[in-house]
Amino acid sequence: MSLLHVAIISPFLMAILVPFLYKGLRSIHTGWFVLALPILLFTYFLQWLPVTRKNEAIQESMNWIPSLGIKFTAYVDGLGILFALLITGIGALVVLYSVFYLSKERENLHNFYVYLLMFMGAMLGVVLSDNLITLYMFWELTSISSFLLIAYWYDRERSRYGALKSMLITVFGGLSMLGGFLLLSIMGETFSIRELVAQAGELNDHPLFLFAMVLVLLGAFTKSAQFPFYIWLPDAMEAPTPVSAYLHSATMVKAGIYLVARLSPIFAFSEYWFWLVGGIGIFTLFWGSFNAVKQTDLKGILAFSTVSQLGLIMSLLGAGAAALHYDSLKDNIYTAATIAAVFHLINHATFKGSLFMVVGIVDHETGTRDIRKLGGLLGLMPVTFTIAVIGAFSMAGLPPFNGFLSKEMFFTGMIQLLNVDIFNLQTWGMLFPVLAWVGSVFTFIYSMMIVFKTFTGKLQPEKLPRTPHEAPFGMLVSPMILAALVVLFGIFPNLLSYSLIQPAVAAVIPSLIGPGEQVPVHISHWHGFKPELFMTIGVVALGTAMYVTLNKWSKVYQLFPGKVTLNALYDTGLYSAERGSYTLTKSYMTGFIRTYLVYIFAFFIGILGFTMWNQQAFTFKTDQLAPIGVYEVVLVLVIAASLVTILSAKSRLTSIIALGAVGSAVSLFFVIFRAPDLALTQLVIETVSVALFLLCFYHLPQLSRHEERMSFRLGNLLVSAGVGIVVVLIAISAHSNKMFESISKYYVENTYDKAGGENMVNVILVDFRGFDTLFEVCVLGIAALGIYGMIKLRLEKKGGKSDENE
Amino acid sequence: MLEVVMKISLVCFSLAMLGLIYRLIKGPTTPDRVVALDAIGINLVAIVGILSMLLKTHEFLDVILLIGILAFIGTISFAKFLEKGEIIENERRH
Repeated sequence: MSLLHVAIISPFLMAILVPFLYKGLRSIHTGWFVLALPILLFTYFLQWLPVTRKNEAIQESMNWIPSLGIKFTAYVDGLGILFALLITGIGALVVLYSVFYLSKERENLHNFYVYLLMFMGAMLGVVLSDNLITLYMFWELTSISSFLLIAYWYDRERSRYGALKSMLITVFGGLSMLGGFLLLSIMGETFSIRELVAQAGELNDHPLFLFAMVLVLLGAFTKSAQFPFYIWLPDAMEAPTPVSAYLHSATMVKAGIYLVARLSPIFAFSEYWFWLVGGIGIFTLFWGSFNAVKQTDLKGILAFSTVSQLGLIMSLLGAGAAALHYDSLKDNIYTAATIAAVFHLINHATFKGSLFMVVGIVDHETGTRDIRKLGGLLGLMPVTFTIAVIGAFSMAGLPPFNGFLSKEMFFTGMIQLLNVDIFNLQTWGMLFPVLAWVGSVFTFIYSMMIVFKTFTGKLQPEKLPRTPHEAPFGMLVSPMILAALVVLFGIFPNLLSYSLIQPAVAAVIPSLIGPGEQVPVHISHWHGFKPELFMTIGVVALGTAMYVTLNKWSKVYQLFPGKVTLNALYDTGLYSAERGSYTLTKSYMTGFIRTYLVYIFAFFIGILGFTMWNQQAFTFKTDQLAPIGVYEVVLVLVIAASLVTILSAKSRLTSIIALGAVGSAVSLFFVIFRAPDLALTQLVIETVSVALFLLCFYHLPQLSRHEERMSFRLGNLLVSAGVGIVVVLIAISAHSNKMFESISKYYVENTYDKAGGENMVNVILVDFRGFDTLFEVCVLGIAALGIYGMIKLRLEKKGGKSDENE
Repeated sequence: MLEVVMKISLVCFSLAMLGLIYRLIKGPTTPDRVVALDAIGINLVAIVGILSMLLKTHEFLDVILLIGILAFIGTISFAKFLEKGEIIENERRH
């Protein structure tokens, strides 16, 4: 266990302390204690930057379940450090923000920070694990902690609905991913991602390869809210805003992105990977941005915008797969897509985090997030407005913010796909730039909506629950830092390119990097008059025009009936799954023992009959049969007559007496077959049980004491006849198939010599196999105690107690 | 010779048993059946006795005694049941 492991686990350790801090130090907001940890971790991870810059990695291993090859291997490379810095950095800012956002008096802060720290630790574990099983464990921990955080205000119905929905979808994906991981480990015979990457070439031809890929991608797509699994993200907006800012914009939803990027070296050679990741990504981009425009809730807009931006990053990662089909880094223009993906990942975390915090401030200070009620806050909240402008303009892709740069690079990546002559891209490649451009137009529109519908226009104080005013300074610090980063990265993008982007890209496409080589990353503002610049100009022009005329064409959204949305599909799907399983269970679990007996016996007949028939097992040999005497025949007739009487008797008493006759006849059989001990026992037991039957008969309730013949049912006849025939057939076959001598000879020879007895049956019962007897005695004891208990302990019956006291 | 005689008597007892069983099935009243059952028990005693002679063993003499006792107890309990509606009277009622 190294310091690195301690760093990953430290949030969990801190989470244990939080409730004590909350109870013990009520006067200080618990968030202040928590804040120290992410800051510490951030500085700790910063120290690895010089190592990862050289495309080297730090690896620390700790055995967890060594016999299964499961280790807790912490592995820090360019990609891991990028995510770790995002998680701890934005984590620190979010904790700081939450200190001012959540009230010390009214909220259950200890719950909040325990969940949040759990999430932070889980997320660190996801991005820094090299072992697939460890990764999966942390992955599920993020799902669980996210579930807890979404339902933080658990007394609200919508929160619980959103939490359940996100849980179902992400856990579905998580389980698929586990399946994919297991297939991967079967193919590569290791759980280590690095070792799998090393044998990527061989894995490609494996028959399980495609299954593994689809299953892993299901996990990534559900977590990263890709089409059609994005539906949980808008409903997760019921969570407190710091949670939305942290989980649902900057970190958790990027776990899927991380997974795709991490496993790219294994899967990306495949054509399916390109189409699945790239195609679904670009469609999610378009769909998310298209739907964001119709939202009226600020967090709703941001949720769909997150979906759309994640689609953007995903499509870039898919497009980056094209780079692997070229041997070297030289003149490999397709690496631009991967670089853009990593760059936009950072940018999105910064501007989306700040936007969520802005929305939280607006919500906190006005009491609503509905853009139809908001407006004219510009004069009242100037600082918030400035931050919102920076974030939203960056999201829309306007200079000089960082979103502009990554949007330009995104267009570059998409346009370059036109030049690719693999994967059928000649025919379908055109879709990528077109969808990208249309999606960007909608992105521009909703970004403008966030700023202008909230902060400009007319103030409507009568619609607002609270009188709006500027937020306290503490609440503004975090979004201000993020906005500052947006501007900083916008103006000096190469601050990032050498320290973070280069090593991260190198981790995504390791096969292209030679020793000592670096990915050439140089982000410049001015490319010259290239198509992407004109595309951006087009986006701004068309976006402005469409924003101004929004009221005229927004009816377009009403063309889609509400019933055919994916949400409706999810709701009806869940409802009909419940309904269907209820109906199904109801249909065969009738509550009648008769039905269950029919199932059991029918299954018995079916399975045994089928096996006999299938194995051609029926044999009938007569050579071992003993001669049949007259007396056996007579006894069989007696038994048969008694059985017919039992079945056809009108009175129950007759049945009971006939049953006694059967018992006596059986004991007579024991006499004929020379089993005196059995005959003795059988007689006694038979008499006792007949007496017991009579006892039961007497206690039958008066109401149902109809003396009537057992009614005839064809089904019962068939089942009972079937059971009888099958058993007889099996008995005959078993008797005809005696393979070897019985072991009874040993008993005959040794009963007197070794055990000192003459009665062989009794010697077997108490000597050779006395162990069985012990437990049969036990059974009798239990039965006796049980009967005593049943008779004496009639707790729910009213008269029970007084009966005993008499 | 003895063996033939014993077999003949076995057949006779069996026929008697069949007749008793007919009575057991037919009834018409429960006491008829109980008496039939009791007689079946005694028949059984005889059959087991002859059988053990046929099988040349004295292992089954216990069985004969037991049948006698049980047939007695069984008939008594049936009789009590028919008379009073229960076999073991509940002392606490008094």
